[in-house]
Amino acid sequence: MTPAHGREPIPPGADVSRPDAALVVDHLTKRFGQRAAYEDVSFEVGYGEVFGFLGPNGAGKTTMVRTLGTLLAPTSGSAVVAGIPLDLEAGSHIRARISIMPESPGLYLRLTVAENLECFAGLYELTDIRERIAKGLQAVNLTDRANDLCGSLSKGLRQRVALARALLNDPAVLFLDEPTSGLDPVATRDVHELIAALRDQGVTIFLTTHRLEEAERLCHRVAILNTTLLLIGRPDELRERLFTRGLDVRTRVPLADPGAVFDRLADVQGWDQSASGSYVLQVTDPDATAPRVARALVAVDADILSLVETRHSLEDVYLELVEDDVEAQRR
Amino acid sequence: MSFSWTRVEAIFRKELRDYRRNRFVIFTMSALPLLFIVLTMIQLFAINTGSSAKLNDRIGISMLYLLIIPTMVPSALTAYSVVGEREQGTLEAVLITPVRSEEFLVGKALAAFTPTVLIAYALFGLFLGAAELFAHPGVLSAIFERSHVLVQLLFTPLLAGWSIWMGIAISARSTDVRAAQQLAVFASLPPLGVVALLSFDVIPASVALALGLAAALLVLDGFGWRAVAAIFDRERLITGSRD
Repeated sequence: MTPAHGREPIPPGADVSRPDAALVVDHLTKRFGQRAAYEDVSFEVGYGEVFGFLGPNGAGKTTMVRTLGTLLAPTSGSAVVAGIPLDLEAGSHIRARISIMPESPGLYLRLTVAENLECFAGLYELTDIRERIAKGLQAVNLTDRANDLCGSLSKGLRQRVALARALLNDPAVLFLDEPTSGLDPVATRDVHELIAALRDQGVTIFLTTHRLEEAERLCHRVAILNTTLLLIGRPDELRERLFTRGLDVRTRVPLADPGAVFDRLADVQGWDQSASGSYVLQVTDPDATAPRVARALVAVDADILSLVETRHSLEDVYLELVEDDVEAQRR
Repeated sequence: MSFSWTRVEAIFRKELRDYRRNRFVIFTMSALPLLFIVLTMIQLFAINTGSSAKLNDRIGISMLYLLIIPTMVPSALTAYSVVGEREQGTLEAVLITPVRSEEFLVGKALAAFTPTVLIAYALFGLFLGAAELFAHPGVLSAIFERSHVLVQLLFTPLLAGWSIWMGIAISARSTDVRAAQQLAVFASLPPLGVVALLSFDVIPASVALALGLAAALLVLDGFGWRAVAAIFDRERLITGSRD
């Protein structure tokens, strides 16, 4: 697969703020009657970026994908998808430039893999159908299964066929809606590797998921949605924004007087004993403080088992935000 | 984006492939025509030329049996066409491509129309052949004397068209395949009733009347796809919302 529009791939963690955005979402709201699926959501996605859209079940992720894919009309707000303003009149044009892989693969089970892809290639009005199918199957490592009936494939293989189908039209934006939902760990790993390969080729991907390790591993930036957009940024930025930095200290024997050790260190803003012989120190610069902490511990004859910077995962960020939001809604 | 016959063809080809491998479709396409051609043949061989009125009644019944085929076969197929795709989870995958509602519907309709009309005409040919070879000599001339042949040739595609659009319309608004199939069979019957009245000479048959009714059905069929496209609500089909 060639990168969409021939753009260079963006390395993970790179600055992805670009003027020529693949997606621009501006105060978009979708309501079903009185119930808001999502409300007042704004964000941008740059070309070549892998953008994670996280949120609990019912947060509005799939509805957002369906809206941007012109299947649902927004209640208010505006968006530009692959350079085309979101408008039901422009639906066909937008859908020709993007691809969506829905949560359910949606394959015709009585048709072979190749026949499924041929049907969709026709729907995209592709001319070089055989070549496109061959490239799609090659991208998902399914060339040898082209003549198998889709009904005979495992769920993981069907998901790969769906991904090949989504790649047929070389989309400007590829929407992946919960691509690993219901897959076993091996099939999940396979799909992750395929997405990572697409990312490395510069394909713009909008990935909805509630698997946080998936988002952390694959995405340049993530947005956390729970009807409203709670936070957006790079995973490491979000961690820094939500959590103070710290050091995890473990000693073989609990310190007789930990306050006497840690309170004397100017860099340590606070500390807490998390378990017997385990301490969490709040610091501004872990790299600078760690050697001082080590010296202070050695000075009191403590046996240090470990001294590492506290690592907050994206899951910590997610839980912090979503749990707070759920509690706020209950109040 | 203008109407694309390439996308219609993609749907059409997919449908035919799916039909070929679907036992229910194979059964519907073979069992119903078989049943009605057997009934038709029984009528044909029971005909004697003793009474002109009775002869005409018998031929009328035979012709009616033949016209049930293009009425019933496509309604069973098209009733499944939208709600079936929705149930098996393929509808969203198709609707997120550039295909327009009209293209999707025309592709579905042509896929049901083509085999139905081919089967119906083939069976009519079989009926004429059997009449020529085995029936009482007066029967074939009676068939050709009146407007029976014209009615068959004209009304076979027109009745199929009516059934197809009714079936797709019901399928697009249904949430259950079985309910859609039952409703579609009932909805396909009204024009057959008119044809029955013609076949039994309740309404005196004439070429002009047959052509007039055919023209009316043609107009209805012509507007059918636009009417069905208008009620084909992507949002409702995807979300299941009744709003």
